[in-house]
Amino acid sequence: MAKPPDSADVLVIVAHPQLEHSRVNRALLRAAVALEHRGADAGAPRVAVRDLYALYPDYLIDTAAEQAALAAARLVVWQHPIHWYSMPPLMKLWVDEVLAYGWAYGPGGHSVQGKDLWLVATTGGPEESYRPDNYNRYFFDAFLPPFEQTAALCGMRFLPPLILHGAHRASDAEVSAHAAVYRERLASYPDWPEMEDLEVCAACEVPSTERPPGAQELPATAKPAAEKASA
Amino acid sequence: MEHTSWLTGTLVYLGAAVVAVPLARFLGLGSIIGYLGAGILIGPWGLKFVTDPQDMLHFAEFGVVLMLFLVGLELEPRRLWSLRKPIFGWGSVQLFGSAALMMAAAVLAGVDWRLALVAALGLGMSSTAIGLGVLNERNLMGTTSGQSVLSVALLQDVAAIPILALVPLLATAQVEASGGGWLGAAKAIGVIGSIVLGGRLALRPALRWIARSDTPEIFTAASLFLVVATAALMQAVGLSMALGAFLAGVLLAESEYRRELETDIEPFKGLLLGLFFIAVGMSIDFAVVLKQPGLVALVVLGFLLLKSLVLWGMCKTMPLPLPERPVFVILLAQGGEFGFVVFQTALGAGVIDAATSSLLVAAVAISMLLTPLLLVAADRWLAPRLAARGQKTLDEISEPQDAPVIIAGLGRYGQIVGRMLFANGITPTVLDHDAEQIEALRKFGWLCFYGDATRLDLMRTAGAHKARVLVLAIDDVEQSVDVAAMVREHFPQLTIVARARNVTHYYRLRELGVTMIERETFDSALMSARSTLEVMGWLPHQARNLALRFRRYNIEQLEKTLPHWQDRAQLIAAAKQGRQQLEELFAQERKEAEERRVRAGWSGAGDSSVEPRPTAAADAP
Repeated sequence: MAKPPDSADVLVIVAHPQLEHSRVNRALLRAAVALEHRGADAGAPRVAVRDLYALYPDYLIDTAAEQAALAAARLVVWQHPIHWYSMPPLMKLWVDEVLAYGWAYGPGGHSVQGKDLWLVATTGGPEESYRPDNYNRYFFDAFLPPFEQTAALCGMRFLPPLILHGAHRASDAEVSAHAAVYRERLASYPDWPEMEDLEVCAACEVPSTERPPGAQELPATAKPAAEKASA
Repeated sequence: MEHTSWLTGTLVYLGAAVVAVPLARFLGLGSIIGYLGAGILIGPWGLKFVTDPQDMLHFAEFGVVLMLFLVGLELEPRRLWSLRKPIFGWGSVQLFGSAALMMAAAVLAGVDWRLALVAALGLGMSSTAIGLGVLNERNLMGTTSGQSVLSVALLQDVAAIPILALVPLLATAQVEASGGGWLGAAKAIGVIGSIVLGGRLALRPALRWIARSDTPEIFTAASLFLVVATAALMQAVGLSMALGAFLAGVLLAESEYRRELETDIEPFKGLLLGLFFIAVGMSIDFAVVLKQPGLVALVVLGFLLLKSLVLWGMCKTMPLPLPERPVFVILLAQGGEFGFVVFQTALGAGVIDAATSSLLVAAVAISMLLTPLLLVAADRWLAPRLAARGQKTLDEISEPQDAPVIIAGLGRYGQIVGRMLFANGITPTVLDHDAEQIEALRKFGWLCFYGDATRLDLMRTAGAHKARVLVLAIDDVEQSVDVAAMVREHFPQLTIVARARNVTHYYRLRELGVTMIERETFDSALMSARSTLEVMGWLPHQARNLALRFRRYNIEQLEKTLPHWQDRAQLIAAAKQGRQQLEELFAQERKEAEERRVRAGWSGAGDSSVEPRPTAAADAP
């Protein structure tokens, strides 16, 4: 169903359940797709875009295809709106199913270790709403730990996110400026100025005593069956 | 000596058919006329290959017996029940209306009332064999007129039983000749009753016992034995063997072995019908015709005219679409094989004499010979005019359309597609060949047109060169493939969204480059499987995942086998392998899930943020 992905340096995972209503995410998607179609220039990273709601309208994620797409990427981008202080449901399902135990984390789960994860998100509420004295009651950073820890558990480095607040009210000029920044970032990866200041991600080893007994055998038996079926 | 005559006979019949039928088809006359012509050719009035009237009679009866067995086999009581209104309503109007009219005419002409009644009932019958044969040949079975012809033919099949049983009762004046009128009738009814009762009670266990022997030819032999036995029993009490075969057929139609019998006998069906038609051709007694050509012509024209009158009235009140009426009238106006049986029974019972019987049989046979000719004539001269007149009421598409979506075929499938499009503000152009349907839907604002989507000019008028999507929802596989091929060739910009009747249809469309194909029952069957799993204790979401994954896997398998779909052996091997893989995969996942449940002591699984979800291992396709 899902086309076999080409190996790309930058893998953009897009998830928006109502893309038809989103000016900003559409503009961002267009920017990423333009890079994908540009093909491989000398030195520039190859970009692949996977629009989850277009690929899996029935929420039936092809885990093998997704994991294959991840394999070659150095930078994984999650581009989605913030819904209820979190990611949209299909994005969450992608995390649940693709970043599987024994593949992305846990014993033998090193498949995405060392990759960078970059969150590119939009919020409906303006920046000033994310303040203790306003209706969102927390600074936006307070909602990021689940993302950061997801990256950390899988051994990925969580890059500083690119957030556009108040997406509903952003002017056309603001939207295109934001999309230009996004495009420039994707095209210049990994030569970003802030890279030098970032720490190398601390590895999070999950001790096997923390696992349900017997779970360790899982990946060894489940994977061959999965590969056979998708062959 | 017997062997030589049998061999020569077979040689003559097959030879005549092999020459005459392709010739007739080549001349555009249809296969039935070919068989009839072959019969005339080899009969006593043609080349005299078959001159023995007794020989001919046996042969004709053999054809009728076997054909009626097949008719009976297709006449399961449930089908009869679902068609009961058109059958008993319109069928009775046709048979008894025509019979009453003809009897009145005959009595007015000074014929004895008993003879008039028998003749009217016999002539009121129509040929099921020719009727259904023509409908199949012209692919009209699904149309309103096709269903109406079938209904009337079925009533005649049913009505023939009491008519045949009651004919001897008319012979009260000649008790000696028939060997006991009332007694004979009682015996007849008694035998029919005991066959039905015995058949229902004893047949199934017997067939089950035979089937368990696992010898297919013995099973076929057993069914033939049953036919012959019933026929012999019927003959013993002076009833028609054909009627017995018909009863045997109906009894087998009720058994669970019906399908098996049908597949066994299906290949013989066409040839047997052919032999029957040959026999009809031979049975035209040209001596009678030549002796009283005026009288024969009068009888033929008279009964065709009176029956047509009744049928045309039925057409108008039903009502049937104008272009379909000639076929309906012509197919039912002719006499039929039941007529032969009725006259023969009446002759046996002494109700009519041999000369009258010959005359009536000749009249019926001539009308059957005329039927295919009349159909050809109607096609050539009447149909274009009716179609031209019908155009105003039927709206065959004539104004160029420019809707972005065209739906070809607005049956159960196309209607749902159309309704969903309609609900979302798209008004598609719809092509269908069911005039009533079109009338009904136009009232709701649909752009419905009468037209055959396989015609290039109509598709162009429907806007196929400008539209973006063609929803190919025609239920006829051949037509669907024709349309797809034509669209791919002439309107390459048009995306085809197709309905497939089955996997073969899927492959054929796929080979034409159509990619958006849904098998018509596949998804609904998966939904049922899902419901079943839920009832059996699977969680609703789990059942949904399993169904969707089964779907994806199945489609992957289809695509994989596409290159060699015509190679049956490879296809079966691939299908088996695919099924085995899927079963192994699902079994593996079940085992793992069970192990995890047990080892995790599921209730206290704890820290759910790093916990793999219960279905995590089952996510891979």
